[in-house]
Amino acid sequence: MRAVEAGVVAGAPVVRVQQMSVRFPGEPPVVALDRVGLDIAEGEFISLIGPSGCGKTTLLRVIADLEQATSGDVTVNGMSSMQARLSRAYGYVFQAPALFPWRTVLANVTLPLEVQGVPREQARETARIQLERVGLKGFEGKYPWQLSGGMQQRVSIARALGFEPKLLMMDEPFGALDEITRDRLNEQLLRLWERERRTVIFVTHSIPEAVFLSSRIVVMSPRPGRIVEVIESRLPADRTLDVRETPEFIDIAHRVRLALRDAHD
Amino acid sequence: MTDEAHPRSAFGAPPQGGAASGPAKPVPRRPLGVQQSLGPVLTVLGALGVVWYAAATWLNAPQVIERVLSDRPGWGLADLLPLTWSMERPVLPAPHQIALDMWRSTVDWPLNSPRSLLFHTGVTAASTLLGFVMGTLLGLGLAVAIVHSRTLDRSLFPWIIASQTVPVLAIAPIVIVALGSMGFTGVFPKSVIAMYLCFFPVTVAMVKGLRSPGVMELELMHTYAASASHTFWKLRVPASLPFLFPSLRVGIAAALVGAIVAELPTGAQAGLGARLLTGSYYGNTVQIWSALVMAALLGLVLTGAVAAADKWLTPGGRK
Repeated sequence: MRAVEAGVVAGAPVVRVQQMSVRFPGEPPVVALDRVGLDIAEGEFISLIGPSGCGKTTLLRVIADLEQATSGDVTVNGMSSMQARLSRAYGYVFQAPALFPWRTVLANVTLPLEVQGVPREQARETARIQLERVGLKGFEGKYPWQLSGGMQQRVSIARALGFEPKLLMMDEPFGALDEITRDRLNEQLLRLWERERRTVIFVTHSIPEAVFLSSRIVVMSPRPGRIVEVIESRLPADRTLDVRETPEFIDIAHRVRLALRDAHD
Repeated sequence: MTDEAHPRSAFGAPPQGGAASGPAKPVPRRPLGVQQSLGPVLTVLGALGVVWYAAATWLNAPQVIERVLSDRPGWGLADLLPLTWSMERPVLPAPHQIALDMWRSTVDWPLNSPRSLLFHTGVTAASTLLGFVMGTLLGLGLAVAIVHSRTLDRSLFPWIIASQTVPVLAIAPIVIVALGSMGFTGVFPKSVIAMYLCFFPVTVAMVKGLRSPGVMELELMHTYAASASHTFWKLRVPASLPFLFPSLRVGIAAALVGAIVAELPTGAQAGLGARLLTGSYYGNTVQIWSALVMAALLGLVLTGAVAAADKWLTPGGRK
C-alpha cells in the first residue's frame, strides 16, 4: 500500500489537500479517506476515478465544505474550505440536476446570483448568456419538467457557472444519463473548459469519460479510500470524441485500468 | 454519501412529498367540463331527490295519519303523499319546502334584517373569514417556529395535538364567556373558536411542507453560502406551497364549523348557528334545514375561493 503524493505543478495550487483523513463514526469506524494528498493547479481538469466506496465523492465534498475532514489540511485559494465557500469561490454540480420545479429555467440559473445580491436585470442577462453557452437558448421560459434529463443537467451546469467561479466541482454529473447524451455533454464540457480554462474537479466512475476530459486522472481505491496513482494525460487540446480510437487514448485508458486493478489486489 | 438520484426516474414523479426533491412534474389539472360533469351530477341529484321525498313520507306519515287522516276513513296513498310533503313542522321537510323557505328568507327581507337568511350567512362568514385569517397566521407561525427550533418541535407538537382532542363544543362556551368578560363580544370571540379549529391542519401541513426540500437542494443553497433567510424564502417557502393550499381548504371548512359551533351555546343573536338554535327551540325544522343548506353552500363557496387562489398563485402549475 503506497500513498502517492501528486507532484506540485508550477504556481500556487488552487486546491491543496495534505494528509487528509475522513472517518465516519460506527463500529468499527469507516475510514472513507486515509491520509490523502493532492495539489491542483489553476486551469487543470482533474478527474477523480475509482470504484464505489473509494471516497472520491467524499474528497470532493470535503473540498466543497459539504463534509468535514477528521484530520489533515485542505485549502482552496489559500483559504480554508469554509472560507472559500463563504467567499463563493466555487461552483458545484450535483449528481442530479436539483433544479427547483417552481422556477423557470432562467430563474433557476439566476438563483445563485439572487443569493449573492446581483441586481435583477444583470442576473437575468448573465443567466441568458450562460444558458446560451450550454446550448439552451430559447428554453429560458420553460419549467424543468418540460426538459429532458440531459437538458436539465446542462441547466444545472449553467447555474454553477453563472457567478463565474474560478473552480468548478462536478460530482458524477452525467452518471444518470444515457451514453449518447453523455458523449455529447462530455464534448460540450471539454469545449467549455478549453475556452474558459477554469479549474475543474470531476468525479466519475467511467474510464473513457475521465481520459477524454482530463489533464490529470486521480485513481483511487477503497477500504480505506486513498489515491493510488495520478496519471497525466496529454491528448491534443482540440480533441473530439474520435480521439477515443487513437493509440494515445487507448494507452492512457489502459494505464488507468491497470491502476484500478492493482488497487483491488 | 450522496444517494444515486436518477434524474430520469425523478422526472415525472408526482409532486407529493418532494416538491423540491427533483424536477417533479405537476399533476395536470383537468378542467371540469360542464358537459362531462353535468350528467353524473344530475343523476346523483335525481337519486337524492327520490330518496329524500321517500324518507319525508316515511318519517312524517305517523304524524299526518294521527292528526289529519284518522278523521277521514278510507284514505289512500294519494292523500298521504301531498300531506307529508307540506307540513308546517315536519320531522323531515321535503326539498321544495327548504328551497321555498330559503327563497323567502333571502328575498323577502332586507339584508340587515335578522329575518333575512343572508344576514345570518354574512355574520357567520365574517367570523369564519376572520378566524381563517387568524388560524392561518397562527398555523404558519407555529410551523415556522417548529421547523427552525428542535426545542419548540419537541415542546409544542404534543400540545398542538392535545388541543385538537378537546371537544370544541366543550371549549367554545368557556372561551366565549371568558372573552366576553374581558369586553370582547360579537365577531371576535367566534373567530377565536374558528381559529382554534383552523390552525391545526395548516400547522401540520406546513411543518411537512417546509421540511420537504431534499438534502441536495439544501446543500446547493449551502454551496451558495446562502443565509438562513435566503434558504427559507427561496427554497423552503416555495417548496411548501403545494402543501399549503390543500391545508387551507381543510382549514377554511374547519373554521366554518368552528364559527357555527361558537354561535350555538351562547345565545348568539345572529349567525347560521343562532338560526339553527332558534329553529330547534320553536320546532321549526324547515328553518333548521335551510340554515344547514346555506352553511353547506357557504362552505362550498369558501373552499372554492381557496382553490381558485391556489390555481392563480402556484407557479409552474399553470398551463
